[in-house]
Amino acid sequence: MSKIRSDYETSRRAAFRRYVSGEEDLKSIDYMPMFEKQIAEEKKEDERATEHYLVPPLKDPMEDAKLHAELLGMKWFRRLYVVMSVALCLCIIGAMVYNVAFMPAFGGTDAPTNNEVSERYLEKGQEETGVVNMVTGLILQYRGFDTFGETHVLFIATIAVMILLRMGKKEIPEEVDGEESEGDVILRTIARFLVPMILLFGLYVLVNGHLSPGGGFSGGAVIGAGLILYSAAFGFTSTARFFNEKIYDILKVGSLGLYSLLIIYYLFTGANGIDSVVPLGKVGAIISSGLILPINVLVGIEVACTMYAFYALFRKGGL
Amino acid sequence: MKVILLLLVLFLIVCAVSASITKNVLVSIIIFMSYSLIMSIIWVFLQAPDLAITEAAVGAGVTTVLFFATLRRINAIDAQDKKEERREQDKK
Repeated sequence: MSKIRSDYETSRRAAFRRYVSGEEDLKSIDYMPMFEKQIAEEKKEDERATEHYLVPPLKDPMEDAKLHAELLGMKWFRRLYVVMSVALCLCIIGAMVYNVAFMPAFGGTDAPTNNEVSERYLEKGQEETGVVNMVTGLILQYRGFDTFGETHVLFIATIAVMILLRMGKKEIPEEVDGEESEGDVILRTIARFLVPMILLFGLYVLVNGHLSPGGGFSGGAVIGAGLILYSAAFGFTSTARFFNEKIYDILKVGSLGLYSLLIIYYLFTGANGIDSVVPLGKVGAIISSGLILPINVLVGIEVACTMYAFYALFRKGGL
Repeated sequence: MKVILLLLVLFLIVCAVSASITKNVLVSIIIFMSYSLIMSIIWVFLQAPDLAITEAAVGAGVTTVLFFATLRRINAIDAQDKKEERREQDKK
């Protein structure tokens, strides 16, 4: 039994398991090629022999030459390995570039992407959805189901990160929670100018999503980046004055739930050709395009919360 | 216009290659950030301003900060400082 055990301990599998569990470095254990090991063992034996008998051990000159040849072969094999891997990479890159040459020209009129689907979106989109920025109209109405799933993916990702990184209140180290997390003078001075502008721009992108480029995801990401800069410059304690865990929970769950309800209504009416009760309004006005504006804002809140939560969880293990 | 775009693409490729072959992780992340920034300018050139805003905010901003936070958490950034501190303490 003990023999089997010791066999397992010296095997490659055990070494790999130890490496995975972080006990030892894989390279130091068994990665050494066999012949090098043999040399090391032989050297050890030689030393032992000289220690005990003080007689230089006799060596077969042929064996020495064999070992030398083997070493040389290994060297050549390694070189060949490098050359072959580079050649393989070049082959794959070449094949890909060759295939790109057969693709239709970028933005060409005869490209397969330029078909009746996009034409219909461009022709009927504005009167059907009431948005000027067709991208927002596409992702929130025609492809609303995709965006619905994506927002939930973000929510689930935050939950996964929370499970992995969240710590109790007592476990949060003092240095991160206290004054240590405050940035230096340069960062704080610049942040004082930049944070309001970033947040304002994020709000503009968010609320104006149906009129100009942007929308829920971009605006939310900008607002989240602004929040991250604020907390990096002024510390988590000053961020917690207006954005603590309670507010975060309410905002995140509330916005996601409301968004789900709205988009289900939207999809239901859209799929069955029923007119939505929410009027589309005048095209180009800030309050127009029916449910797209509130959905944009809700998605933005969701994304901003996710971005900030990621940072806070990575940084100190809690909000 | 086209010259600027070509220059940007060239810079993009240089950034991508150097980010992957740099030995220092910190330097690699900063190069990756500049890669995202250039990419967002290219999105504007390709008439996709929506993507440009998102790329600038997520690629250059949030992702980089998350990488830094992770490095800090696994003590990869502070390691050098701490070593020097220890050396100074040993001298005393």
